[in-house]
Amino acid sequence: MTQAMTQAGTAAGTEAITRRGAMLGALTSGSLLMAGGNAGAQQKPSELRVGIATFLSGSASVFGVPARQTAELLFDEINKSGGIGGVPVRPYFVDEAPGTEHLVGEYRRLVQNEGVQIIFAAISSGSCLACTPLSDEMRKTTLLWDCGTQRIFEEGSHPYAFRPQGYGGPEVLAPLLYLLKHKPDFRSIAVINQDYAWGRDSWEMWRAAMDAMKPGVRVTAELFPRLGATDYSTEVTRLLASRPDVILSTSWGGDLVTLVRQAAERRLFDRSLFVLPVAEASLQILGRTFPAGHIIGARGDHWNNHPKPKDPARLAKFVESYRAKFNEYPIYPCHHMAQAISAMQAGYARAIAAKGGGWPNDAELAAAFRGLTFDTPTSTITLREDGQGLEDQIVGISHFTERFPFAVPKDMILFPAAMVATPVGQKSVEWMKGLKAEFLAQVPAPIAG
Amino acid sequence: MSNTPARHPSASSLPRLGGAARGAGLEMALTLIGALALILIAWAAPWLRFVLTIALAKGIAVLGILLLLRAGQVSFGHAMFLATGAYTVAFLAPSVPEALILLPLGGALALGLGLVVGLFVVRYRDIFFGMLNLALSMVLYSLLEKLYSLTKGTDGIRVAGLTFAGQSPPRETQEWLMFGLALGLALVFGLLVRAYLASPMGQALKGIKTRETRLEFMGVPARRVLLFAYAFSALMGGVAGTLVAMTSRHVTPLLAYWTSSGELVFIAILGGAGSALGPFLGAVAFELVRVYAAAQLADAWQMILGAVLLGVILFAPGGVWGILSARLKGRAA
Repeated sequence: MTQAMTQAGTAAGTEAITRRGAMLGALTSGSLLMAGGNAGAQQKPSELRVGIATFLSGSASVFGVPARQTAELLFDEINKSGGIGGVPVRPYFVDEAPGTEHLVGEYRRLVQNEGVQIIFAAISSGSCLACTPLSDEMRKTTLLWDCGTQRIFEEGSHPYAFRPQGYGGPEVLAPLLYLLKHKPDFRSIAVINQDYAWGRDSWEMWRAAMDAMKPGVRVTAELFPRLGATDYSTEVTRLLASRPDVILSTSWGGDLVTLVRQAAERRLFDRSLFVLPVAEASLQILGRTFPAGHIIGARGDHWNNHPKPKDPARLAKFVESYRAKFNEYPIYPCHHMAQAISAMQAGYARAIAAKGGGWPNDAELAAAFRGLTFDTPTSTITLREDGQGLEDQIVGISHFTERFPFAVPKDMILFPAAMVATPVGQKSVEWMKGLKAEFLAQVPAPIAG
Repeated sequence: MSNTPARHPSASSLPRLGGAARGAGLEMALTLIGALALILIAWAAPWLRFVLTIALAKGIAVLGILLLLRAGQVSFGHAMFLATGAYTVAFLAPSVPEALILLPLGGALALGLGLVVGLFVVRYRDIFFGMLNLALSMVLYSLLEKLYSLTKGTDGIRVAGLTFAGQSPPRETQEWLMFGLALGLALVFGLLVRAYLASPMGQALKGIKTRETRLEFMGVPARRVLLFAYAFSALMGGVAGTLVAMTSRHVTPLLAYWTSSGELVFIAILGGAGSALGPFLGAVAFELVRVYAAAQLADAWQMILGAVLLGVILFAPGGVWGILSARLKGRAA
């Protein structure tokens, strides 16, 4: 904490803090009480502190922990190569599992006590919805590194919030377009989504777009088992009995693993075509249990067998160093974390360049992110004027190769982000309701491999 | 309040009078010192202002748990009143942004719900009382989660900008206002609960705990006594909920989940049921332990919290209040 105090900005700021610190020193020895303060921190700080909200406990830690590992890995690499603008970076992780009321407290702690200069938040859409208004109020650049809700930028503008990754809209629309190309004659569909905001939102968007582009599809069942359910026998029975041509599930994590195992045991995959937009993160765990021939998505374009990555050497290096350290392939939250870190590097580089080598303040840093383009191992992402990142989507058919002990996609279609993202200023559901069947003509051809 | 024992004359009333007076003085002194300490901390560490506001709000809700604990009843569903207050704010803030209207409104709605629910649950005791409360709170949780078009489900609702007496002050001032409001309400409700517990109605709660039949023989209707306490606790839960919603500015159904109710009971045990000060000691200790634990060990803060509770149960059954009062009384004597 003494470090926090010594680097605390202007002389006046330091004086005030020392006075408070002295008073508190008499009151309590708790180090956290010392106000770190970052008043004016315009000269180059001794380290760049990054607050990272992620799930470290609970069921969503299947995403949060790999993302944390990725951050640690990449922060080490950045520090080994001289930091950002010569300043070493240091992550401060906070757990978002206890809920939004705890997380907004942690956000304040990170900003006001730890003196972080940029925040990555979060996996849960609820967390992001709670943190973005706080970013407006506290003027702290916040990268929404993994949450998918379309509500963030569609319900208001947030000058300090940016999302260096895709979001729910394109992640639902791309698999739907793939399905309409792959199996245009399907006549009935059933949905089995987790009973919470994403499960409901994704189905609402899917339905709006499907009814617009292919009216008359019969919905045979709408099932919303609770989040974290361990038994899907009733649902599987319903799905077997209602015989839909297609079954959609945007479930993720352990829920999806359980659903796939129980559905595979009862041959549901033989009877209906599954569309699983968030399958990628569960494929390693499922291994050969996952059936071939079904539509799978990855919340982006970062498949291990990406057909034409922009920087194949960087992708291979990232995957190999992650595997070497953690003995598993990186999943999409790892890539989203890597994207946020790339965005941070590019944003700082741009802000420092704009200031002629000086260290940016909060407003200058946020300004650098608007319209920023940064490289990912597989592609480039541009942050639109509303803060939303344009991340390409790749959807394909599950199959097995010699290279991977788990399913990967083949016949992949790369959907350019600008094509599947809702235009700025429009609401996703409304926009999707207005889609026409001709929209399908824009879909690129599948890439073999 | 010091004349309470005089209303129940007994052989031992005289020596106890002095002890009670000293206890009351100690309580008051501790309250004042505590309030001053909180203000000082909130001033010195701006980020803790938020944490402390939430702690005070939760303390108010835990006061309600304390009332029921006096009657030997544990409610595992009190978060439903908290959520009622919080969602009242979230739903009405766009049309009625005035905090000073929303606050009593949230309390009143929770009070109404408390009266209705209370009519049913006060017929039961012990585990049945606890479980019924739990069940009803989970019904509310499910409604908040499933009525998606109204409540936006688990993602929750953002609380719109609020005004205070017609003004919409900047963030810093608003944080201080919320903190002051929570502190003021905590003091008011603390004093109310103290007066209530000392009154015959409050004393009757103890009767429910020891032997209810005796109470009935004395002509005191136990159900009505418990209903009053239950409705009062619901009111405090509702007020706490409005404070939480106005402070954190985002409400999710998690507020009504059973873990939130468990948290309130946890805080009651941590703070100690011996005094109206206990819930606030417990709530501040709980929030600080959680925030410190999360800061030091983001991976294992639950373990630290659990260890603290275990420690309290094993070594200090009277909670933080028990430790403090024993130590201070020991020093005074």
